[in-house]
Amino acid sequence: MDLGILAQQIFNGLMLGVIYAMIAVGFSLFFGVLDIIKFSHGDVVTVGAFSGLGAVGLAGGLVVFSPALALAAGLAAAVAMGSLAGILIGRLLVMPLRHAPAVNVLLATLMAGTVLRETIRLGVPNGGNPKPFPALLPSGTIATGSFSVGIDSVMILCAGLSLVFATHLLITRTRLGLSIRAVAQDGEIARLSGIDFQRVVLGTFALGSALAAFAGCMLGLYYREINFSMGVLLGIIGFASAVIGGLGSLLGPIIGGFLFAGVQTLVVVLLPFSSAYKDVVAFAAIIVLIGFFPTGLIAERRSERV
Amino acid sequence: MSIIPASVPRLPMVRLQRYPRMVVVVIVSLLFLGGGLMVHAESQIQVLGLLAAFLVVFAFADRTGVGQEISAICSDYGGFANAIALIGALAIAATFREEHYTLLMLATVALFATACIGLNLQLAFAGVVNFAGAAFFVIGSYTAAVLTAYASIPHLAIIVVGGLVTGVLGVVLLLPVLRTRGHYAALVTIAFGLLLRTLLEVNDTFGGPQGMKIRSFSLFGFDFGRTTSLGPLDVSFYLPYAVLSIGLFALAFTLVRRIERSWIGVALDAVRSDETAASVFGLSIARWKVLAFLIGNAIIGAAGAVYGMMNGFVTPNGAGLGESLLLLSIIVLGGLGNFWGAVVAAIVILVIPEKLQAIQEYRLLIFAVLVLCILLFRPSGILPRPLRDLSRFTSTTGAGHE
Repeated sequence: MDLGILAQQIFNGLMLGVIYAMIAVGFSLFFGVLDIIKFSHGDVVTVGAFSGLGAVGLAGGLVVFSPALALAAGLAAAVAMGSLAGILIGRLLVMPLRHAPAVNVLLATLMAGTVLRETIRLGVPNGGNPKPFPALLPSGTIATGSFSVGIDSVMILCAGLSLVFATHLLITRTRLGLSIRAVAQDGEIARLSGIDFQRVVLGTFALGSALAAFAGCMLGLYYREINFSMGVLLGIIGFASAVIGGLGSLLGPIIGGFLFAGVQTLVVVLLPFSSAYKDVVAFAAIIVLIGFFPTGLIAERRSERV
Repeated sequence: MSIIPASVPRLPMVRLQRYPRMVVVVIVSLLFLGGGLMVHAESQIQVLGLLAAFLVVFAFADRTGVGQEISAICSDYGGFANAIALIGALAIAATFREEHYTLLMLATVALFATACIGLNLQLAFAGVVNFAGAAFFVIGSYTAAVLTAYASIPHLAIIVVGGLVTGVLGVVLLLPVLRTRGHYAALVTIAFGLLLRTLLEVNDTFGGPQGMKIRSFSLFGFDFGRTTSLGPLDVSFYLPYAVLSIGLFALAFTLVRRIERSWIGVALDAVRSDETAASVFGLSIARWKVLAFLIGNAIIGAAGAVYGMMNGFVTPNGAGLGESLLLLSIIVLGGLGNFWGAVVAAIVILVIPEKLQAIQEYRLLIFAVLVLCILLFRPSGILPRPLRDLSRFTSTTGAGHE
């Protein structure tokens, strides 16, 4: 195979990987602070994409259209709406249900995702159909030999990587991160040492959801098209990445995200006749991997508390 | 040394308890009359009226002493009530023998309720989450499609094979999960549902997105699809399917009730409520989970096979996550572990949106909100599963009705 095409595929895999990682980090954060899986996370990605689209349209209509300004407005709106959705789900559903059986929480968050998705489908004009996402990033390409990537893709990749890194810094270096880690380790003790439990939990929800919403905008910018049901698959991919990488750490979901994207890209490269099989193979790989690594690649260190 | 207080007799209670079987007959007949009317009703006002009536009845049974007494009698005479219910369901089918649509609805409710019995065995008894219920349902239909097209085996055996194939696939799927704890069953089943749907869509062997045609069910040369008369009576060709579906429901109901009441049920309860404690007592967590998953999926697959043969076709669309969530909503709405609750919830979720065109577009949103409210405010569902009550076996005066 041509080296240039290989490099291009690797680049595509990295692009997808960073988006998956951003979604997966959220799962890991929520699991850390509350030991719950929030399955509406994928639909928060959709909320982000649609708020971004709305804000871009609004900015284009109100002020003189400048792509950079519109993009900033779109991203700000996406992050705001995403965090809001995260906080609402956390406050109204997850906090009241946190002592309920795990199945109830799973079902409740899945249903919350359905509510978000259906609200978008019914609330957005013509919401059932795919929506074009405006191209706001510079459109040039970098080409050497048979390897060519769009400048927009490079920008998306860099933005994603720096955001994941920023999250890492936030968790490890700031006071908020310290409280998140404290709550994740032991909620009761953290509360006894004067940490506002609810605020930390909701803050974590806002943080994870903001990342997901940002990822939604990045997907819109990359594929130039969004639709109301895009979150279902993304949410599951994000969750699968987090589980495969290991829910207990922040590095796990990032590795998992890149791994998942890697498998998908590999399938596309190796089975050129039908890229439709990429999800089939990726999910089959997930099912097999769980058999081999029951607690993820980076194993969770915890003992049974009876 | 039973100090369990004998219930203090109140006047209306005494009178009711003197004729328990009569009470059961009246109550069950009334409920089925209402259910039959609901399935048959055509005007939206009738549907809303019946819905309101049902709400009143449930509130009455839930909140008032007399209502609770009646529910207690009905659950004490469970076997008798179920027999009456079977007669009631068959009576509805006989009454509407010429109405295609009503019978289709009736059979659909019966088959989905049957699938929910399987799902209940997994989730409510063994505590194994299955987010791929619809996928297993569709596997049953595809098995029927392949077998009716390429093999000449009796159709009754096809239902059994459909169940077996589904059950075995389910166990293969569950194997990786057995080494894990927590949320991994959820992930694996969701991933499997997505995987299956995509596979069926891109695969030409199984007809791709168009799906497959399925030959109608025939029993000893009696083709269900061509039935137009039964003796002197004109009947819809859905009538034999309705009867078959009700029969399948009764069979699954009896089977799983037997399992629940047996030592297997006790073992499953133990495994679900505390894995650590159960393994301390020597129960093999993996074995019981596999057993419940196997039987549950076999039931789901058998129901799917009949459903496919009744509809005459199957498409990958039915295997989606949304459909699986619909099945789960039915059992959560109905109350985990309660089979009659699942029937009521199946009517609410499958029939009412068909009748009320106004909410068609909003049905998913309404279900989602409904399930959220149930989870938040009444986590045990419309009709909760009664806790295993062993007190009557310890008290000397307790009446063991069964």
